[in-house]
Amino acid sequence: MPRVGLMVTCLNDTLFPDTGKAVVTLLRRLGVDVGFPAAQTCCGQPMVNTGYFDEATPLVRNHLDAFAGYDAVIAPSGSCAGSVRHQHGLVAERSGDPGLVRAVADAPPVYELSEYLIDVLGTVDVGAYFPHRVTYHPTCHSLRMLGVGDRPTRLLTAVRGLTLLDLPGATECCGFGGTFAVKNAETSIAMGNDKARHVRETGAEVLVAGDNSCLMHVGGLLSRQRSGLRVMHLAEVLAQTEPVISDAGRAADRRSVGSAGVSA
Amino acid sequence: MSGTFLGTPAFPTAARTALGDSQLRRNLAHATGTIRTKRAGVVGEVDEWEQLRLAGAAIKERVLRHLPDYLEQLERSLTAAGATVHWARDAAEANAIVVGIAQRHGTDEVVKVKSMATQEIELNEALEAAGIHAWETDLAELIVQLGDDLPSHILVPAIHRNRAEIREIFLREMGRAGKAAPEDLTDEPKQLAAAARAHLREKFLRAKVAVSGANFAVAETGTLTVVESEGNGRMCLTLPEVLVSVVGIEKVLPTFEDLDVMLQLLPRSSTGERMNPYTSTWTGVTPGDGPQEVHVVLLDNGRTDVLADPTGRQALRCIRCSACLNVCPVYERTGGHAYGSVYPGPIGAILTPQLRGVGSDPQTDSLPYASSLCGACFEVCPVRIDIPEVLVHLRGEVVDAHKKASRLPSVQDVAMKAASWTLSSAARTERAARAAGFGGKLAARVARRDPGGRTVLGAVPGPAGAWSDSRDVPVPAEESFRSWWERTDGGRSRTSDSDSDGGRS
Ligand code: SF4
Repeated sequence: MPRVGLMVTCLNDTLFPDTGKAVVTLLRRLGVDVGFPAAQTCCGQPMVNTGYFDEATPLVRNHLDAFAGYDAVIAPSGSCAGSVRHQHGLVAERSGDPGLVRAVADAPPVYELSEYLIDVLGTVDVGAYFPHRVTYHPTCHSLRMLGVGDRPTRLLTAVRGLTLLDLPGATECCGFGGTFAVKNAETSIAMGNDKARHVRETGAEVLVAGDNSCLMHVGGLLSRQRSGLRVMHLAEVLAQTEPVISDAGRAADRRSVGSAGVSA
Repeated sequence: MSGTFLGTPAFPTAARTALGDSQLRRNLAHATGTIRTKRAGVVGEVDEWEQLRLAGAAIKERVLRHLPDYLEQLERSLTAAGATVHWARDAAEANAIVVGIAQRHGTDEVVKVKSMATQEIELNEALEAAGIHAWETDLAELIVQLGDDLPSHILVPAIHRNRAEIREIFLREMGRAGKAAPEDLTDEPKQLAAAARAHLREKFLRAKVAVSGANFAVAETGTLTVVESEGNGRMCLTLPEVLVSVVGIEKVLPTFEDLDVMLQLLPRSSTGERMNPYTSTWTGVTPGDGPQEVHVVLLDNGRTDVLADPTGRQALRCIRCSACLNVCPVYERTGGHAYGSVYPGPIGAILTPQLRGVGSDPQTDSLPYASSLCGACFEVCPVRIDIPEVLVHLRGEVVDAHKKASRLPSVQDVAMKAASWTLSSAARTERAARAAGFGGKLAARVARRDPGGRTVLGAVPGPAGAWSDSRDVPVPAEESFRSWWERTDGGRSRTSDSDSDGGRS
């Protein structure tokens, strides 16, 4: 049995832990023994993309240490998987440490979730059930840095009950871009608003993507517009199964408790 | 054109003007959208497009690796064919050479075929200062010049103008610069083109000296090439007695076969055409045919500095097709002027800082950050320039230059250092996450739940304001994933019944 390490990503760890839990649920359901190396933190992408290579170097080292001994790494993020695959080498080279360059080359392969499900497990139907109208935004790093292609939409198409709606201008960037969203906030928002408009045009109930960072940006706009649309990570959709009656009752209970103290 | 890009504010500020101009945004979205679709269509027809791209990149890489050799070969071929070769280290030298040639021929005007290199060195301004008028003959370039405007696109310098604006410029300005536009001019493209043609014809027939750039220069034969769509270039290249071409040193190609590859890549990528309407090639002087005095100015102007950077040098492969501009979501919304350079868009964001050098001017230093790193530019670039890679690399150069230059670290330096320190240890990260979770608990009291069940905050004051002015802010989860994993043994021990079902129900 290969040892698979979950790279939950720092954003998911602190802001979207449900995505991490969904990955665990999903992989267990598919018979994968997934571990969570507690030493992991952040892959260093925010530093690299802002130009702080020196500051990224200890993070790359930490990542390598944390996942040493695993056969594969899975990340529910095209962006972070892309960063490990394409930027760790750059950081290592720039650090001038040949040992680090070698360590990066020898590191276990990192997969974005949809890549792992389809390429490694050979599974398209993960046994999910999600009776909703969904549209999918292929985030730039999944699409271009990793080249995940149509894997996510193939997975979604196989979900029972799910209606997948075409997103106009799907391949266009949502405008998040890490620190771009702050450094060039106005341009970022202009891009995000166009994306949000296209999402609303589809008539979907749920916007799905493989990166919570982009969803946080577009979802933040949709939420401010009180659009009524939900955003969900691909893993969270794939983890859904047909409710068993008793569970459904409990879930309904929890929902009412969960929203109790919140001013909607 | 009298304006220059000097004094353009840093990108985010300059972009604001364009973002607020809804007409401009409509013009740009329409124009880039049209070219984008056309390009995708004709590129899709070529089965071996990827091979062609690889071939294009490989040719250019070979040139860059042996640049001095090919340039010397080019000089020999050109000289043997009767041309005079000049070397210019920078803009001042290049301008002095061209001005000198014009003055020797006692002329007070030159006609020009659109050329990025001469825009880069601001040749028109230098000629003007010497009392010599430079007439742009490319239609879009003419619109920019008459409108006393700045170019905003590599291929379509007046992309930011619509037909009605162009008509107005023609009616108002043509008479002052030569043959006036007919009074009953409408904004029909045909009529606008006819007015330009009549206006320019007069100038072509009168000019003694012409100035051009070159898309490619074949070292083997000393052949220069200009590709264009309107035929104005051909008029400039054949009618005047004297022809001066200002050519960036990276434009050299080893052989004619290499030109073959480039002439397949360029028109498809730039105008979305299978072949461009006019391809002119000329080799030195042909007695009794065309210009009888031919000069070639080989321009460095920062290019050898770019060449010295192993990551950044790929920018010199650029064949100025503008495909990267047309797919760039940032360019589409901000337009070209925001980049403060004759090279706008993704290629401008990497070429300009390299040509100018980073670390001294905030406007230049803002350019590598004028991208969301979406990668659409790399995907379309016919010579496979990895623009996102160079952008990130240049961000590193900007940061390093600033760290070196100032003894006091910036707010950003401190933040990144602190984040690096925290995040390079899981223990420290966990403590920070707990604090965030605590903050999350506090924040949750004033938050609302969005329809997806995520807890969000509305507009908040302070540094998060740049985000929260238009976007709701997610509140840190009360329990981080790592603490959940620890507490529940990765969901295996059911200490709480809400923990093991993965996503929300
Ligand atoms: S960088 Fe590539 S796509 Fe952009 S103008 Fe140059 S050759 Fe064309």
